Order: sequence, then C-alpha cells, then structure tokens
Amino acid sequence: MGEFFHTLTDNSDIFVRAFKTTIELFLIGAIGALILGTLLGAMRVSPIPVLRAVGTTYVQLIRNTPLTLVFALLVFAVPKLGVNLDYFTSAYVALIAYTGAFVCEAVRSGINTVPAGQGEAARALGMTFNQVLGSIVLPQAFRAIVPPLMSIFIALMKNTTIAAGFSVLEAGALQPYLSERSQNQTYVLLWITLFFLLLIVPLIGLQRVLERRWKVAR
Amino acid sequence: MTTAALYDQPGPRAIARNQIFGVVSGVAVLALLAWIVYRFYDTGQFDSIKWQQFQYKAVQQELLDGYLTTLKVAGIAAIGALVFGALFAAGRLSDYRLVRAPATFVVELFRAIPLLVLIFFAYYVPLQYGFPFDKMWALVIGLVLYNGSVLAEIFRAGMLAVPYGQSEAGYAVGLRKTQVMTLILLPQAVRAMLPAIVSQLVVLLKDTALGFIINYPELLFVGKQIGGRLVFGLPYVPTYLIVAAIYIATCGLLSLLAYWLQRRLIRGKSQKTAAAPVPITMEPGSIGPTGSSVG
Repeated sequence: MGEFFHTLTDNSDIFVRAFKTTIELFLIGAIGALILGTLLGAMRVSPIPVLRAVGTTYVQLIRNTPLTLVFALLVFAVPKLGVNLDYFTSAYVALIAYTGAFVCEAVRSGINTVPAGQGEAARALGMTFNQVLGSIVLPQAFRAIVPPLMSIFIALMKNTTIAAGFSVLEAGALQPYLSERSQNQTYVLLWITLFFLLLIVPLIGLQRVLERRWKVAR
Repeated sequence: MTTAALYDQPGPRAIARNQIFGVVSGVAVLALLAWIVYRFYDTGQFDSIKWQQFQYKAVQQELLDGYLTTLKVAGIAAIGALVFGALFAAGRLSDYRLVRAPATFVVELFRAIPLLVLIFFAYYVPLQYGFPFDKMWALVIGLVLYNGSVLAEIFRAGMLAVPYGQSEAGYAVGLRKTQVMTLILLPQAVRAMLPAIVSQLVVLLKDTALGFIINYPELLFVGKQIGGRLVFGLPYVPTYLIVAAIYIATCGLLSLLAYWLQRRLIRGKSQKTAAAPVPITMEPGSIGPTGSSVG
C-alpha cells in the first residue's frame, strides 16, 4: 500500500502538471466549442441556404469522424500543407472542432423545443431574425440546451485524454510517461482514474441537478 | 418548433438582403476552399509521387487489411457490448437491491472513466503482471466496458419507456417477472431502442480508432504507416484523406440507418401502447442519468 501512495507523492510534480494541462484543455475546449457550436447552430437555422448547407455539412462530416482521426489530421497532415501548429494548438483545435459539432446539435434541438407560437408572436411584434433568436427563442431554449450541453462537456473532459497519443503531456499521457520512470503502471492508472472521477463526478452531479430542476414543464 | 417560424416569409427587401448575405458567405466559403486547394498545390500534394503508391496492390491490400481489422474489432466489441449491456440492464432493473446496487455502480463507473484509460488498464496491467493480452483484446475489453455500460442505460430506458399498463396486464394474466420482461416488455422495447442502439454502435466503431494510441494496426494506424513513407514524399495528406473518407462513409451509412429507423419509428407510432423511442445518442457519454440523452 505504501508504494501506491509513493507513486503519487514521488511524482506529484508531474501529476499536477498533467492534470493542470487536462483542465486547461477542458476549459479552453469548452469555451471554444460553445462559441463554434452556437455559431454553427445559428447558421443551421438561418434563412440563408448557403450557411445552412455549410453548417449541415460540417456537422455531418465531424459526427462521423473519430476524434483520434481529427487529431491525426492536425498533427500529421496539416503541417505538410505548410501550416505549422504546435502540439498544444493542434489539441485545442481538434477538441474545439470536434465538440463544436455536438454543441451545434444541442443548440439546434434546444431551439426546436421552443413552441412555434413564441417565434410567431415575436415576429408579429415586428422583430427581426436576430431579435427573435437573441431575445425570445435562445433564452427559452437555454433551459433545454444546458443538460445535454453538460453531457457534451463531460465527454469533452474524457476526450482530452486522446491528446496523450499526440505528444501533449496531460493526464492520459501520465501512464506512458511514468512507466519510463519505472513506476508501477497499475498504481499510476489507478491514480489517474481516481483524479478523473474527482473531475467528472461533480459534473455528472451538476448535470443531474440541472436536468431535474430545469426540466421544461410544457 | 420548426425553424421556419423564426423568420417571416421574406419580402422583396429581405430576399435581396438574404441574397447578398448568401453571395457573401458563398464567396467566403469558396475562398476558404480555394485557399485549401492552393495550400495543396503549393506544397505539392497533387504531385503524382504522393499518390503513386495507392496504385500498388500491396498498399491497397494494406489499407483493406486495416479497414477489416477495424471492422473486426468493432464487430467483436459490438457483440460483447450488447451482451454486457443486456446483462447489466437486467441487473439494474432487478427487484433485489443486492443485484441492483452493484450493477448500477459498474454501469455508472465505466461511463465516467475515459475510454482511453480503460484501454490502458486492459493493456498495461496484464502486461505488468506477466500475462500480456493481445492488443486487440485490450481494445475490445475497453470498448465493451464503456459502450456496454452506455448500452445498458439505453436498454433500461427502452424497457422503462413501455407503458406501465403493458406489464400490469402481463402480471394480471399470471406471468412471472421474467416472463413479463422477455415476452411483453423486451419485444416492444427493442423497437423503441433500435435507432439509439445503432447510433451507439457508430460511436463504438469510431472509438476503435483509439487503437492507434496503443499501436494496434487498425485503419488509422495503417494510415500513419502508409503516410510516413519517405520514398513517396511523406504522403500524410493523401493517405489521411482516404482514411477519413473510409471512416465517414462507413459511419455515415450506419448513422443513416439509425436515422431511417428513427423516422420509421416515429411515423409508425400511431397506437397509444407503443413505447416512445429512446433518443439517439450522438456522443460518448451523452446519455443522461435518467436515460434521457442528447437527441
């Protein structure tokens, strides 16, 4: 048992650094995906066919692509096009590009839960598309969007581990990194799991509370 | 609400404005595409040397083998996950707390741990204790534990979605619980669950790409090997385009099947007794704790 704790205490600097990176990836990824997803969602409900087509194509392509492939494209293929991204930027771009598509779907289905009468009433008052969406529909859709959004963020938190395969030292990369330092791999993995549960369980709890409290009563 | 309710039928001015926006955004998209094509041209991605090796039988065979390996892992893991899901859904629906509590714990736990960490566990822990698993089985075990747990939640949601009168009627004619489950609830629930199940299997297929990280030779890993050949000028771009096309085509077809099943289900749902369809999951971990999910 002593060795189990030593695995953590002897390498606490690496553990802290790795989980800090994980949290950074998560936070920046979440904010980026939120912005990208909302833009894509607005594009998909806009009156302009070109924007709708772009939004739909993007979401369909990304939804059927493994995240690992998005990472591989950015890390191996994009530099060959003369666009050089460092590993961190690649990881951010991959996570945002991938998660954004799912945020878009959550936003769109949230908009669909607002009764048509709301949009019609707003239009009857002479509001423009931006006003209808921004002042009337989105604030109401928000309640329906947040619980699925939480699921997407939980998935994002777990997906940050994939950056481990692409030279970013975050929590998922601790295991290969520390096995080079001849640490007990099982213990390292147990610690990683434990810390991940500490990060994810509060998110799951929050999601449940929101889901119960914000259940739209219609 | 239908998206059309967000804006009025455009009048002449709105039509003109929308057209201007349409043209501007169209031009922007074209410009982006043109820039990408230019980058391709500029860095010599259209050179025949980068595409040359795809003419060779051996390389085509390599890609095909990678694809078949991906499909094999996905197939085995899918069967495993369906069985795991069925067992643990039954466990969670049990009347006995002693069965229900551990089943709930396992399902919740494996949904909360990142899949990659599960795969690392399955690969490195046996390795450390001297009875190494084949990489394929490590990948399969990870996929089964995670996707099986999500499927268990889908199954449970499907069973609970069958109207209560159905099981009451079953008990009233003297069936036991097992009989009510298998004869009454399951056949109706399967209909409601099918789109969500297919959709989760797409997620599983996508997740096989994680094998890349433990150097298991599935499609993505094979792609890296083919792309990394110096003789052909490191053709990462062409190779990954081909690999992406294969993934998108395969998963797209399966997604289409899920969508089609969903549509059929909604259209066919005229009788009041039918179970409401279980919403399609679209993201690892997206199914909610109450069985609701991102739809």
